[in-house]
Amino acid sequence: MKLEIGNIIIKDVKFGIETKVDNQMLFINRDEIEALVLKDDRIKGVSIELARPGDSTRITPVKDVIEPRVKVSGNGAIFPGVISKVDTVGSGRTHVLKGAAIVTCGKIVGFQEGIIDMSGPGADYTPFSNLQNVCLVIEPIEGLKQYEYEHAARMAGLKVADYVGQVAKDLEPDEVEVFETKAIQEQVKAYPELPKVGYIYMLQTQGLLHDTYVYGVDAKQIIPTIMYPTEIMDGAIISGNCVSACDKNTTYHHQNNPIIKYLYARHGKDFNFTGVIITNENVYLADKERSSNMTAKLSEYFGFDGVIISQEGFGNPDTDLIMNCKKIEAANIKTVIVTDEYAGRDGLSQSLADADVKADAVVTGGNANEVIVLPPMAKIIGTDAYINKVAGGFDGSLRSDGSIEVEIQAITGSTNELGFNKLTTKSI
Amino acid sequence: MAYKVIHYINQFFANIGGEEMAHVTPEIREGAVGPGLGINKAFKGEAEIVCTVICGDSYFNENTEAATKEILELIKPYEADAFIAGPAFNAGRYGTACGTIAKAVQETMHIPAVTGMYIENPGVDMFKKELYIVETSNAAVGMRKALPKMSALTLKLMSNEADLDPTIDGYIPRGIRKNYFAELTGAERAVDMLVKKLNDESYTTEYPMPVFDRIEPGKAIKDLSKAKIALVTSGGIVPKDNPDRIESSSASKYGTYNIESVLNLTGDNYETAHGGYDPVYANDEPDRVVPLDVLRDLEKEGVIGSIHPYFYSTVGNGTAVKSSKEFSLEIAEKLRQDGVDAVILTST
Amino acid sequence: MVKGIESTGIPVAHICTIVPISKTVGANRIVPAVAIPHPLGDPKLVEEEEYKLRRKIVNNALKALTTEIDDQTVFQ
Repeated sequence: MKLEIGNIIIKDVKFGIETKVDNQMLFINRDEIEALVLKDDRIKGVSIELARPGDSTRITPVKDVIEPRVKVSGNGAIFPGVISKVDTVGSGRTHVLKGAAIVTCGKIVGFQEGIIDMSGPGADYTPFSNLQNVCLVIEPIEGLKQYEYEHAARMAGLKVADYVGQVAKDLEPDEVEVFETKAIQEQVKAYPELPKVGYIYMLQTQGLLHDTYVYGVDAKQIIPTIMYPTEIMDGAIISGNCVSACDKNTTYHHQNNPIIKYLYARHGKDFNFTGVIITNENVYLADKERSSNMTAKLSEYFGFDGVIISQEGFGNPDTDLIMNCKKIEAANIKTVIVTDEYAGRDGLSQSLADADVKADAVVTGGNANEVIVLPPMAKIIGTDAYINKVAGGFDGSLRSDGSIEVEIQAITGSTNELGFNKLTTKSI
Repeated sequence: MAYKVIHYINQFFANIGGEEMAHVTPEIREGAVGPGLGINKAFKGEAEIVCTVICGDSYFNENTEAATKEILELIKPYEADAFIAGPAFNAGRYGTACGTIAKAVQETMHIPAVTGMYIENPGVDMFKKELYIVETSNAAVGMRKALPKMSALTLKLMSNEADLDPTIDGYIPRGIRKNYFAELTGAERAVDMLVKKLNDESYTTEYPMPVFDRIEPGKAIKDLSKAKIALVTSGGIVPKDNPDRIESSSASKYGTYNIESVLNLTGDNYETAHGGYDPVYANDEPDRVVPLDVLRDLEKEGVIGSIHPYFYSTVGNGTAVKSSKEFSLEIAEKLRQDGVDAVILTST
Repeated sequence: MVKGIESTGIPVAHICTIVPISKTVGANRIVPAVAIPHPLGDPKLVEEEEYKLRRKIVNNALKALTTEIDDQTVFQ
């Protein structure tokens, strides 16, 4: 499977009479987007707001972040099985509005939504402070159940991303990257002298606000399976979860999975990157055992010599991570695991809920409990009324002057476990 | 102006005598004594030892509380900027004394404290989490190497230089996990690490796996029909509207709730504050997390003696192990006082 | 939590879904539960059946508390 990604660089965003790109400027027709979102009768109102890097703006409570993409050629369309037909994607050509994102926010669904600051110290912790963000502040109808509200918000984000992405279809990209993974036998033959490497992609599947969808299927219902890495770039995996804001994988993270990116970067040089296994993190012990048995079996079946395992979330998924690691190591396959830590505000506590000596190569995305003070911002997109309640917040987090004292857990993407960021932790 | 530093040493390094003089009580001398001269030299004028406290090792260890108090009184007037104790090398009682007094100074005077010990000195395990302990050799021959390290670290702490690193500053890692921005992203670091592991090259894990301690199992209950059983949960079940405002994640407290006249926990009166799982099932029927309904029936049937009139609840989601240990010790103390025989603890 | 309480000598039955975590952190009497969001219940069952299930798990915990053990034990 071969995919060309054409990046159209976006350096600014503005409202305009037509949604289009002109000279690296993304114009957004507010009315059209509003109308599109309001087609869903579960949504009472929506306000469209823009947030640019450097603005004195805080977006919260953030549910999802999505990159606008469009299929130019090849099978299927973006977000297959969710807002387009369930075709297999990942080949042909896809255009990306690089530097732009759709952010869904508005009244809280659970506890797990986050904060994006576009400037100040908080901006260093979220990759989304670098993007031209089109924010949808969603207001559900009265009495809408949590599940329904989450679904409505999720769909609104995907539909708007699809709509905005369409404008990239006929544009000439600023740069084109090519990614190719062949069928397994051919791929192995391509670099017979190099070690074969796979990627174990753990998806959060713990229930409401902790779900992930693969081609439209709730991933808690899958048993681990193999995917071409390029499928994921076309939106085959989307986020329906808000875990804790810091270590949830937003749809944007899935579309731009950095482990896949850097495995491709050294593919054919240091190793032979031969495939991705997706797996889940369920709430039943039997599911955890079954899924980790499967990842180990598939890793062995595909002849991997080494794998990277990435986690999503924390707590009981630490066990899924350790089970995957232990069982794959037991099959004589070398592992590196990517996680984050909950070492307490003072950094003195146990970082993970589970542990094993086989997990001897760990990359960490940081201690999510570390406390940060975020200064007041001139503009709030959404509402800061829930700051004390979100995961990472506490009674008194929101101060009277609008500044916020929270754990970085509350910042969207801060301790991402796909290794998206530079943040990490050391023992001092 | 140079920083003012206070130095603590034992009777041996003050040239008073060995074991036979270990009983001497705290005394204070102006300026540097013994190893302090080397520290002063290493300060190169940036700081100066204003006084030296001397105490016998036996006296300190046999009268820890009193000795600590006396020493704190003695040094108070000097209004120092930092405190140095030792180095104690592998001397166990000297190490304990250095650790105890340095910690007390740090906590009561709010100034940085530094000590030095050999890695196997029992004082290391006792104090490494709270103190900067420079790693030394096991005997006083390592003095010349230890003093410059201790001086440099003290200067760094006084000038509030934030970026301390045990591998650079020579102290024993305190086990504090501290965030920083690396040069490469996590994904790049992971791919690098995998390549090294595949090639059998050395690499450094960013999180060495911890070793968990074990505790003795409590004795089994002999007669269940007389036993008083308490319910505890980390599943965050609380009275409706969460009166104690227990956090949905990283809980800083636990709740104590009277259930004397409660037959079962219903969704009308109770809910979960836990932010780590789908709350719908627990909110519908909190007995699914804290099985009070079943336990009440067993009480009525005489299977168990009684149910403790309170249940204790916190949120296990992302909550520091240290906090939950504190909660559980407090809870345990109350349970013990109230004569509880056994605990059913439920987790989500 | 478990260890903190048990360190004072009071026996604790830990009812939890993710037995491996309980084992790793060092609980001694471990009683497996149903699922993380509903350790002592199953919303798919009718009320009466669900009660029976809960009662079974609680009885299992009581069995654990009355059994003398030397080492970590999972009471299936």
